[in-house]
Amino acid sequence: MDELIERSGAHIAAEVNTGRASASEVVDATLSHVDAVEPAIGAYLTVLHDAARAHAARVDERVRAGERLALAGVPIAVKDNMCLTASRTTCGSKILEHWIAPYTATAVARLLDAGAIPIGKANCDEFAMGSSCENSALGVTRNPYDPSRVPGGSSGGSAAAVAAYEAAIGLGSDTGGSIREPGAFCNLIGFKPTYGRVSRYGLIAFASSLDQIGPLSRTVEDAALAYDAMCGFDPMDATSLDRTPEPTADALREDLRGVRVGIVREFDTKALGTDLDAVYAKAYRDLEALGAEIVEVSLPTAAYGLATYYLIAPAECSSNLARFDGVRYGLRVDGGDVRAMYDATRAAGFGPEVKRRILIGTYALSSGYYDAYYVRAQKARTLIARDFEAAFAGCDLIACPAASCAAFPFAAKSDPYSMYLMDYYTIPMSLAGLPALSVPCGWVTPEGGEFPMPIGLQLCAPLFGERQLLGAAHAYERATQHALARKPLPAQVRA
Amino acid sequence: MPADSIDIRYVAQLARIALTDEEIERFGKQLGDLLGHVNALAELDTESVPATAQVVESRNVSRADVERPCLDRETVLEQAPQRQGGFFRVPRIIAE
Repeated sequence: MDELIERSGAHIAAEVNTGRASASEVVDATLSHVDAVEPAIGAYLTVLHDAARAHAARVDERVRAGERLALAGVPIAVKDNMCLTASRTTCGSKILEHWIAPYTATAVARLLDAGAIPIGKANCDEFAMGSSCENSALGVTRNPYDPSRVPGGSSGGSAAAVAAYEAAIGLGSDTGGSIREPGAFCNLIGFKPTYGRVSRYGLIAFASSLDQIGPLSRTVEDAALAYDAMCGFDPMDATSLDRTPEPTADALREDLRGVRVGIVREFDTKALGTDLDAVYAKAYRDLEALGAEIVEVSLPTAAYGLATYYLIAPAECSSNLARFDGVRYGLRVDGGDVRAMYDATRAAGFGPEVKRRILIGTYALSSGYYDAYYVRAQKARTLIARDFEAAFAGCDLIACPAASCAAFPFAAKSDPYSMYLMDYYTIPMSLAGLPALSVPCGWVTPEGGEFPMPIGLQLCAPLFGERQLLGAAHAYERATQHALARKPLPAQVRA
Repeated sequence: MPADSIDIRYVAQLARIALTDEEIERFGKQLGDLLGHVNALAELDTESVPATAQVVESRNVSRADVERPCLDRETVLEQAPQRQGGFFRVPRIIAE
């Protein structure tokens, strides 16, 4: 059973569906592994021992009754900004530290309905604002490939959980790179679908025009399974796409013949240092060796992505987070009158990064600055989306770095802007709403580092191009097998 | 672009966050730096470019005006910081 929890979700589901293993056995093995390694990893803010066992018993009943479930008995980690009935849902924030969700997010509900088992609520940067998990007010998560380094963020807990075999699949949310960057840092597939493909109902909002739920997994096949189970219209989310879902599990390819892959002229990997440059040069050659035609494309305004994002996302966050005022749920700090209560509650409940973003967003939306900042950023967003449209006239997929470095040590990015730069390569796709993923493409030992750390290749498809995207990622994964080069540290993971 | 620095005290009032003097100084500097970076957007010619609020098709969504189940009142009120019967209790808003 210990071996089984290191296998893919697809393999576990097959074992459970055919009766060779039960969901309850898988969950018991996972929970005892979680209990052993959590002191070293810290992936979860809440481990759902009882709920996981109860879900497993129900899945076993369904399988015994003859049902075949796409994710039968597959242990999942749920980022703690997604609601799960009767479980604590904190967003990594003091302001929701003790809040119990009264309902379940649609994406989570669909995975559970497909037989997945919620093992726990995973740590994240507070309200998903950050790229290292260090902005969580409630816990420290370590990278399973080097405990002195961050797992990435904001979905760092979900990523660390999957990397350390504490779940087969992790649910993350990606606003500017929060699935893809931790995926890259933790040797995983980190997949952000097209905006609107997966319902945001029950995902506690950060920046509503950008937020999108997606999976983190150890294989492309698992990402496809989870995506197929989650995607599709939801009447509870007015922005969820009312389109026929296009399942991806049958789109996984073994080669890239006939695929034109665009390399972005403006993303010169030489700037990332010789080691990373070599990894990406090799990755592009490997794509070509699989039959892809490599072409150069241009994204002239992508360099303005960061500036655009750091107006739009904070503006939306300042509006979304206005609901945390101490009245109906979460923390309340009394201050005398109601105004003082708001001020004191939000001062005590939010951490520094959340405060910074609320402040910049409030400023960008305030009278006199709205046109100069917010509207200008929305116009820049149009230009960035047009760049991608033009680029995709000449290619089917875009390949580029997922991040500008490997996982970095704790406290290495104390200046907020240096942390924002982590999302340089992922933000443009988010602004354009495009589906994109990170897939392991090599290993680099960072300067001063003790271990080789995983590097991620980002692949991006046109809107609604999930089938081409996962199909190509599968071919690349199968041909290169970079993820298998190193296992997470045995001392922590096999206690 | 209109400014290189932010009146943090005023913005914090709008945002309903009490800040310490130390935070006012630190955030003021950090957000001033960030403004320096985002001011780069002025280099783009956006004169005739429409603004994008939403990247994929969006339309008004309506549903039939019929009763349907909603969250259980007791479950929701259990999460209230302070309650009184079936209500959220808050500090007095209107003076006597």
